[in-house]
Amino acid sequence: TLPSLDDIPSAVYGGRHTVTLIPGDGVGPELIGYVKEAIRFSGAPVDFEEIGVNRESTPAELENALLALSRNGVGLKGNVEADLTRNTDKSKNIAIRKGLDLFANVVRCKSLPSYRTRHSNIDLVVIRENTEGEYSQLEHENVAGVIESLKIITRSNSARIAKYAFDYATRNHKTKVCAVHKANIMKQSDGLFLEVCTEMSKLYPHIEFSNMIIDNCAMQMVSNPQQFEVMVMPNLYGNIIANIGTGLVGGPGATAGANIGTRCAVFEQGTRNSGRSLVGMNVANPSAMLLASADMLNHIGLHSYGTTLHDSIYEVLANPELRTPDLGGDATTLEVVQEIFTKIKAKTKFNMEQGVQTDS
Amino acid sequence: KYVRAYSDAATRQVTLIPGDGIGPEISAAVQQIFQVAGAPIEWESVDVTPVMQSDGKFGIPQTAIDSVIKNKIGLKGPLATPVGKGHRSLNLALRKEFNLYANVRPCKSIDGFKTAYDDVNIVTIRENTEGEYSGIEHTIVPGVVQSIKLITEAASRRVAKFAFEYAIANNRSHITAVHKANIMRMGDGLFLKCCREEAEKHRQIRFSESYLDTVCLNLVQDPSQYDMLVMPNLYGDILSDLGAGLIGGLGLTPSGNIGEDGAAIFESVHGTAPDIAGLDKANPTALLLSAVMMLRHMELNSYADRIEAACFGTIKEAKYVTGDLGGSAKCSEFTNAICDAVTQL
Ligand SMILES: Nc1ncnc2c1ncn2[C@@H]1O[C@H](COP(=O)(O)OP(=O)(O)OP(=O)(O)O)[C@@H](O)[C@H]1O
Ligand SMILES: Nc1ncnc2c1ncn2[C@@H]1O[C@H](COP(=O)(O)OP(=O)(O)OP(=O)(O)O)[C@@H](O)[C@H]1O
Ligand SMILES: [Mg+2]
Ligand SMILES: [Mg+2]
Repeated sequence: TLPSLDDIPSAVYGGRHTVTLIPGDGVGPELIGYVKEAIRFSGAPVDFEEIGVNRESTPAELENALLALSRNGVGLKGNVEADLTRNTDKSKNIAIRKGLDLFANVVRCKSLPSYRTRHSNIDLVVIRENTEGEYSQLEHENVAGVIESLKIITRSNSARIAKYAFDYATRNHKTKVCAVHKANIMKQSDGLFLEVCTEMSKLYPHIEFSNMIIDNCAMQMVSNPQQFEVMVMPNLYGNIIANIGTGLVGGPGATAGANIGTRCAVFEQGTRNSGRSLVGMNVANPSAMLLASADMLNHIGLHSYGTTLHDSIYEVLANPELRTPDLGGDATTLEVVQEIFTKIKAKTKFNMEQGVQTDS
Repeated sequence: KYVRAYSDAATRQVTLIPGDGIGPEISAAVQQIFQVAGAPIEWESVDVTPVMQSDGKFGIPQTAIDSVIKNKIGLKGPLATPVGKGHRSLNLALRKEFNLYANVRPCKSIDGFKTAYDDVNIVTIRENTEGEYSGIEHTIVPGVVQSIKLITEAASRRVAKFAFEYAIANNRSHITAVHKANIMRMGDGLFLKCCREEAEKHRQIRFSESYLDTVCLNLVQDPSQYDMLVMPNLYGDILSDLGAGLIGGLGLTPSGNIGEDGAAIFESVHGTAPDIAGLDKANPTALLLSAVMMLRHMELNSYADRIEAACFGTIKEAKYVTGDLGGSAKCSEFTNAICDAVTQL
């Protein structure tokens, strides 16, 4: 049996938590800087250990980050870009997910308050297998010009992601889980994934289980996304559906993501973009990274601080005057974060005056 | 080369596979409209119901295969794929027989049929023979399965080259190669390399490359930023359906399968719709637009333009459209309305 995810150890010394920060590339460093300020203003008992892994980092630096993450049990991360000119480099993002066995990627795509998009009332969660499948990185050139890339699907990894999805649905009072696959073509690999999900669904009779082929699912996402609640799928399909979902509700600047393992959890922007073209322009939307940090505070049990952050971000998102260009506004990143800080400070002061019990 | 090899005869023969379910109704509709438009096409209708072959297995009748070999061009309605009846699927057999290596699917917003997206005009080009559809899978030990995604230089180059030639022939200006070369460094890396090399040879077409996930993100936010997409098999499968979803579903999207030596088979993407088969309710648009693609492939552009305009005009007028488009007309009434429009153009 699997250890319960509620028992994840995290480093706490003298009542203070230590969180690993990995700024990554693109707008990551800038956004993580704002997270540090936001958390400081909230008064949450959190210390940071910053490890600079980016596109240029050496294997030793990556190793260092893995050590810090497993020691602290929790981290917040920007995306580390791939260098497409160096064909041999393996993805550092994958190295972190695999090295720490962060088997579940969770991205919730929820319509934002008073921000109109083509589809309204979306609230779906993509739960994605995060360690194998198409991301196994096992490839070779059999003869010149013929490449095979292996996709690996295992019963055990399929079972734990399926279990995670059904547990997530149960815990969050969701009624439906849909498994997404291509088992009509990949009869053995996706067939195994679907079989395991179907078996698992039998243990959760209160949850309605269905399955959908990935191409049809992509079409359903743009015609009737409201039909979905919890979706569970192999690695690559998760990448696709989470990006479609994020696009539907407002874009990469507005959706947070979590990578969950049994001993460690790492939080990030839902779609893992580095936003290279936005660097230094003061236009990136800070919401996704800040929401990720609120999720992180909740994850380590600092619920009142997590709520303060989350509510402050949502209040500002609801204000059409304070939107970055990706959401059709003309506010700068700085204007948005200043207003979020103001809200956080107001709530923190109120909490202190009222003597609200904080739950460190 | 995908270029045509036809006789100079005024009328060209095309194999017609009416198909199952609503197939015969929508095929008849297409034939009627083509006749009224005076399109120089003579249909050779073939039955593809599987028959017992000399080796004792069931398969497509040889006469049907011979017809496509002779004509090189086919139009195909939807086929019921009986599950587990022990014969090869016709689609697969045709794909193998004629090496239909590129699947082309235009997705264009239809004026007068409102969806959440009204600015879509993209063409997806999908590699159709390998990738994740290699069919090579094994269980290594119980509970551990590997599927092999096969990417070859020959197939990648062939489809990339086709994409650029299609762009030039159809007045398209921009091709985006869709890939995951950050993860599948070698496989998708090779595909991308072939696209880059073809781009070098076709400098009049703007070329960009983008990650699959970023394309998904952008397509649902602002589809107007894409013109043509070229990609490996599975990504093409998914993005072509996504594109169809943007414009209102499979009932409206045509497709073409392009093969070597000029062979090409055009088909509607939807299924046999058993629930409405025989009731004169089916929407013939997808098959008609597939037939329009076929005319363009045969360089019969003036007929293609006229028929397409008549079809879009009738949908826009919204007086005689089928139930799936929110109307109440029968398939035959919709077809007659398109015929009237054709004669008036
Ligand atoms: N925090 C953010 N706020 C606003 N927009 C963002 C943010 N993060 C990413 N984006 C946008 O999302 C899109 C995709 O991101 P990004 O450029 O990182 O993608 P990519 O495919 O990884 O490309 P690249 O190779 O340039 O890094 C871009 O248009 C980018 O501007
Ligand atoms: N050309 C069309 N005109 C109107 N409705 C259509 C058309 N094609 C499909 N539909 C409708 O769309 C739905 C799905 O149809 P589709 O034929 O794909 O079903 P299916 O059960 O998957 O069939 P098949 O087994 O042949 O794939 C049905 O309700 C059908 O009536
Ligand atoms: Mg498909
Ligand atoms: Mg079907």
